[in-house]
Amino acid sequence: MITLEDVAKEYTRQRVALSHVTFQVKRGEFVFLIGPSGSGKTTILKLLYMEEKPTHGGVWVNGIHSSAAKPSEIAHLRRKLGIVFQEFRLLEDRTAEQNVAFALEVTGAPKETIPAKVARVMNQVGLASKATQLPRQLSGGEQQRVAIARALVNEPYFILADEPTGNLDERATRGVFQLLKDINAGGTSVIMATHDLEMVRSTDFRTIELNHGRIVFDSSEKPPPETRYTPLIGQPAIGGPSEDHWPPPPAGESSG
Amino acid sequence: MLALREALNASRRAPLLSGLGVLTIGFSLFAFGLFALVAVNIREALRAVEERVEVRAFVADGTPPEAIATAMSDIGAFPEVAHVEFVTQEGALERARKDLGEFSDVFEEATLPASIDIHLRANLRGPENVKSVAERVKSYQFVDDVRYGQEWVEKLYRLRGIAQAAGFGLGIAFAAVAIIIIGATIRVSVLAREKEISIMRLVGATDAFVRAPFLIDGFVKGILGGLLALLLTWIAYRLIDTRFLKLVFFDTQVILIGIFAGALIGVAGSATSVWRHLRRI
Repeated sequence: MITLEDVAKEYTRQRVALSHVTFQVKRGEFVFLIGPSGSGKTTILKLLYMEEKPTHGGVWVNGIHSSAAKPSEIAHLRRKLGIVFQEFRLLEDRTAEQNVAFALEVTGAPKETIPAKVARVMNQVGLASKATQLPRQLSGGEQQRVAIARALVNEPYFILADEPTGNLDERATRGVFQLLKDINAGGTSVIMATHDLEMVRSTDFRTIELNHGRIVFDSSEKPPPETRYTPLIGQPAIGGPSEDHWPPPPAGESSG
Repeated sequence: MLALREALNASRRAPLLSGLGVLTIGFSLFAFGLFALVAVNIREALRAVEERVEVRAFVADGTPPEAIATAMSDIGAFPEVAHVEFVTQEGALERARKDLGEFSDVFEEATLPASIDIHLRANLRGPENVKSVAERVKSYQFVDDVRYGQEWVEKLYRLRGIAQAAGFGLGIAFAAVAIIIIGATIRVSVLAREKEISIMRLVGATDAFVRAPFLIDGFVKGILGGLLALLLTWIAYRLIDTRFLKLVFFDTQVILIGIFAGALIGVAGSATSVWRHLRRI
């Protein structure tokens, strides 16, 4: 379970990344975080894997309160959070399977259990035949699959994915998205920040829309009748997401 | 075990960087080693001069040997005194002839007085001690005169004080430079593995786990750099010792301390670099 309670994150007085953000994510949910660049999607993910701490409010992940967590508690929590980035973050001098095994080795997994676990997830992401290749020998989609395999190998409760398809072509995007849906179908929660509204519209997964650090739409909540805001996913998909579609920021705040 | 393997793997993956790291540590410590060699030899030279500090009490002619023996036994019991010897008139003449070498025929017959020569303990040869011993010895009635080169002793001790202060200051400066250079070298190796560190942290490695391979790496590089510095310093010592002037080298204890200091600087440099890095990412 993930809970954000009236969270604000200010880097400086002028640079407010998030304000009044409150939501929960239950086990097994698939949640999209959408919004323009600088709207606070990445900051929310950083708060969840506790690289950042909120300036105000509380963040709880799996019962751990980020403001009170010790470094070792955060380390142990991250073993149960699979984190995936747009730019893959693979070690270039290690093979695909060594990259995956790395996540187990550095978290103290018993040596004899590592090969079987690595083989299982390499199989799950469809890369068993390319396990011994270096990242540069793999396509972008395949590299992202390796990164997802690394995120999966510790059997996480949550996958936190920050624009995982941002660097991929359409075919690879579909493949990676399908993989994330399959992972979610197995019971793992997925929180995915994305710009790809087509992908978001193609499913009925929960969508949280951010703008200027505030939640402007959460598909799990019934909007009050007086709300005149049309969420992005309800807007026609012409020319992809445009910053012009977003409502102006509330007075006195800047984006983060 | 894994930390050790990771440290070895890091060296294997970037042998040039590791080699340069060891070389930098080695040369930084070599500069310090050369300084230490000079300092040790200056200290040794001053010590040799200090050993010649003695109080000489000239004995009046015709003093009964029993009186001299009693006085010698009394003086020998002074806390400052290491040992006392009696130099007869003939002995004094012999010594003077030896000291003057080719001019030894200046002394045709025994005209030099007999003396009690008093040698002081190593750490009690300061001007105050020498003066105090001289005054006490002077109080014996059969002692005509006491010589101890007051001015010379004071100069020697001033020189020793300056050498000690300069050595201390320069030593700290050299050590600081070595530590800064070594710290920067290790920082480069930490930065080279920045991505690896960030991934380790994201997948849930504890800070202690992230740190361990770097500490081992720093320790090994420190020891290898220390050994390299020792070898270079020894070569420099041999070159000077065989061609220019006689020198002393470090004793085993100092060598061990030097290598241990290299390892310590390696570990401390790594710890600081990684700590700063972990705080940043």
